[in-house]
Amino acid sequence: MLVVLVLALLLAACATSDLPQSSLNPKSAEAQQIDELWRLVLYLAIAVFVVVEAALVIAIFWFRKRKDDDKPEPKQTHGNTALEITWSIIPALILVVIAVPTLQTLFDLASPPEGNFVRVNVTGHQWWWEFEYPDILDANGRPLTTANELHLPVGVTTELKMTSADVIHSFWVPPLAGKRDVVPGHFTFIKITPDVSRAGEAIPGQCAEFCWLSHADMRTLVFLDTEADFQAWADRQLQPATIPTDGPAASGFEIFTAICSTCHQAFIAAPEGPEVFGEAIAPDLTHFGSRTTLGARVLDNTTEHLTQWIDNPESVKPMAPELNNFDTGRILGMPDYGLDAEEIAELVALLEGWK
Amino acid sequence: MAITAPVEDLGYTPSTKGVWSWLTTVDHKRIGLMYGVSALVFFVVGGLEALMIRTQLASADSTILTADAYNQLFTMHGITMVFAVIMPVAAAFQNYMIPLQIGARDVAFPRLNAFSFWLFLFAVIMLSSSFFLGGSPDGAWVGYANLSTEVTEFVRMDYYAIGVQLLGIASIGSSANFIATIFTMRAPGMTMMKMPVFTWMTVVTSFLLILSLPVIAVGLWQMFFDRNFGTVFYEAQAAGDPLLWQHLFWIFGHPEVYVLILPAMGIVSETLPVFSRKPLFGYQFVVFSGIAIGFLGFGVWAHHMFTAGMGPVAEAGFGLATMLIAVPTGVKIFNWIGTMWGGKLTLNTPMLFSIGFIAMFIIGGLSGVTHAAVPADTQQHDSYYVVAHFHYVLFGGSVFGFMAGAYYWFPKWTGKILSETLGKWHFWLMFIGFNLTFGPMHILGLNGMPRRTYRYPEGFGWEFWNGMATIGAFTIAFSILLFIINIVKSTRSGTEVGPDPWDARTLEWMAASPPAIHNFDQVPIVRHLDEWWHRKYGVDEEGRAVPLPEGYSEEPAFVPETGGIHMPSPSYYPMIAAAGLVAMGAGLVFWSSGFLGVGILVVGVAIAFWGLVGWAAEPITREAH
Repeated sequence: MLVVLVLALLLAACATSDLPQSSLNPKSAEAQQIDELWRLVLYLAIAVFVVVEAALVIAIFWFRKRKDDDKPEPKQTHGNTALEITWSIIPALILVVIAVPTLQTLFDLASPPEGNFVRVNVTGHQWWWEFEYPDILDANGRPLTTANELHLPVGVTTELKMTSADVIHSFWVPPLAGKRDVVPGHFTFIKITPDVSRAGEAIPGQCAEFCWLSHADMRTLVFLDTEADFQAWADRQLQPATIPTDGPAASGFEIFTAICSTCHQAFIAAPEGPEVFGEAIAPDLTHFGSRTTLGARVLDNTTEHLTQWIDNPESVKPMAPELNNFDTGRILGMPDYGLDAEEIAELVALLEGWK
Repeated sequence: MAITAPVEDLGYTPSTKGVWSWLTTVDHKRIGLMYGVSALVFFVVGGLEALMIRTQLASADSTILTADAYNQLFTMHGITMVFAVIMPVAAAFQNYMIPLQIGARDVAFPRLNAFSFWLFLFAVIMLSSSFFLGGSPDGAWVGYANLSTEVTEFVRMDYYAIGVQLLGIASIGSSANFIATIFTMRAPGMTMMKMPVFTWMTVVTSFLLILSLPVIAVGLWQMFFDRNFGTVFYEAQAAGDPLLWQHLFWIFGHPEVYVLILPAMGIVSETLPVFSRKPLFGYQFVVFSGIAIGFLGFGVWAHHMFTAGMGPVAEAGFGLATMLIAVPTGVKIFNWIGTMWGGKLTLNTPMLFSIGFIAMFIIGGLSGVTHAAVPADTQQHDSYYVVAHFHYVLFGGSVFGFMAGAYYWFPKWTGKILSETLGKWHFWLMFIGFNLTFGPMHILGLNGMPRRTYRYPEGFGWEFWNGMATIGAFTIAFSILLFIINIVKSTRSGTEVGPDPWDARTLEWMAASPPAIHNFDQVPIVRHLDEWWHRKYGVDEEGRAVPLPEGYSEEPAFVPETGGIHMPSPSYYPMIAAAGLVAMGAGLVFWSSGFLGVGILVVGVAIAFWGLVGWAAEPITREAH
């Protein structure tokens, strides 16, 4: 009875899920393929579990020594070769049944996408995600660059080509694909063909390879757009950010150029023509105002949270900016620059205006 | 421990009283007990680390622990449990029982045996002291580069690089010792295929360690050099490769997990026959499966790297090899059930733990098979699903197996039996607590919760099962408290028993409980597998066991004694050599601190030199007087 109950619970939990970051909630062709393989393996595993555990439980109950047991000693059976062969071959056959679709799925998922596909270059940093679309270029020929929030068109394959700027990370958005490590000195790849029915959804994911302090806080959000919405989003992202001329945002821009650009960059509509301003050490802020979250999806992008982030970054997620070393390229977080409330409000006004 | 048999023939009687007698002992039984007590202490330490982790994770967005503290805790939890608990517990059982099981009086190299123990103890103390002295390792127990080489402002990962290195040396020493002992010191007539399965599994694990530890030794030196001497083995920016570390680590790490499970499998292969009153079903198949697992265990290491980007050909190869290794594993499980089948089962505590081992290992083994389906593994790896898998095989497997061994062999070590009432409470609370802790983790992983995360947000459906897991963890802790109470109480005032309380099958049950320092007054001559059983029982026409007539024995039953029994003399040099080596290690850990590190290193060299020279120069046995 207990066993049946446990099994029922197990099956119920493993059947499907509508939890937002669940691998049992496939929303792409690739995640669906993995899910189908998983189900086959799971059902076979449950079958084996039931049979073997039942044999164990039956043995315990059937052959336990009863009180006042005066039965003779058991037969001193040493073994049975036919049985040994049988219970070696049957598991081997079950494994063959698992191996064939495993290999098929493995090679299928590893093969490069065919035909037209969207390309995204992913760079893992401690502790944020850099996304660049190498085929979507602005007027200056610079690729669309953003951070932490990814947009993908549904019904079309996107190939992520990934590497790391520092240590090993892993890009994992379970409803869309299995994870793949992001390794410095290597390129790794993930194919994602989101289901057309999922247009309009935002799928959460996060880093899955321990990368120190903010590993748990290195998250991502993937927006699934119709092709039209994706195009519209890309067009907006390619526009430069305007330089505000009055109000607190204008003062905020002064602060941006003086301090923030040491690490951050933005594509600015400068008077002489649009240009990139700042460094690419930290996330691109050109369209920060249109991102729904900040700090790599640790907080929603609200005025209050943005203020907190600039005022005291380590209160949002653990970092070690005191260990930053621009010579070696080791960047371990955003420092607290000790800005006062007015300065922060000006920066907030600037960034919120950069939609 | 009193000597319970006459030892007038010993040329010299080593003192068994006082701390000094323990520090200088080369007696495998005392060394085994010291390994066991140390492991139990570190089990509590590792368990407290786990409880802190589980307290933090009981609720979403918890702020009980900082990320920095959490990272050190989960790293040390893994290092403690693998290197300071499971390996020394296995060493405890192997040290105490192997000579007894093969009819020998000690191991081949008693002082090396002591050296391995002291090196282990001093090294884990050094590793644990890191918490107070410079910070504990915080790169996970696998210490992946290049994170492990990124921050050299702290010595945390230097503790890791040196500490694990020292522990490896200790294990190599033990392994060489056991191989020499088992191959050369078996009682007359005990062929390899008449050895107890526990002894056989020790042979396999010893070879696994000797062949795999050198690989991680190289990897760790490379890590230490990258951190301290500017080498670039793992630096991608300088044409090194962080994946190199993963390969070196797992070529050791995978055989290591078989090292962690095979001794427990060996124990269960002993207890099940005794408490089923039948021989082990398919002894040869169980032995050969163990050997096959050892062999194949060297061919699957990259199944820990399925998401690392090795490419589909490598992934396919390692996936298939991993599936293959499930076959000999299954064979063992079926043979254990076959042992119970048709038997007369006594469901006492050691038997409950043995059965629990089988039940839990089936689950852990099956989740392992799901990992072998490579694309499915890309959803499971680095999530709580794999945390569930390895706890089912390491806790549900190894720990349960060692608990069975503890309840089974406690009477041999102490002459007293552990309380059955407390034992059953221990078992059931541990069984329920364990499943409540780790069962739900399968679900958490499949629902997208990654591992090694100091916190998780609301809204992802993870709170409930995390809360349950924490309740389970505290239940486990309480059960261990009962176990410790049982040990203390029973050692003091437990029911006294004779040499063979279980009516068992193997040679150790012929020795006194506890055994004399020389184990056997007379070494038995072996004619059968389960020799001791065959001195008590024959079979009738139906194959059922019947007691042999009083006084019946196959002659000659014992090796005729021709002279005195010469036991190895105690020595303090192994402990000194071990202390010197660990001091050298500490010096290296603090190398980056300049004179402090160099100073400790030099002192360590001097002490180690003193210990090794003294060891080499001292007479092997004191003269009789």
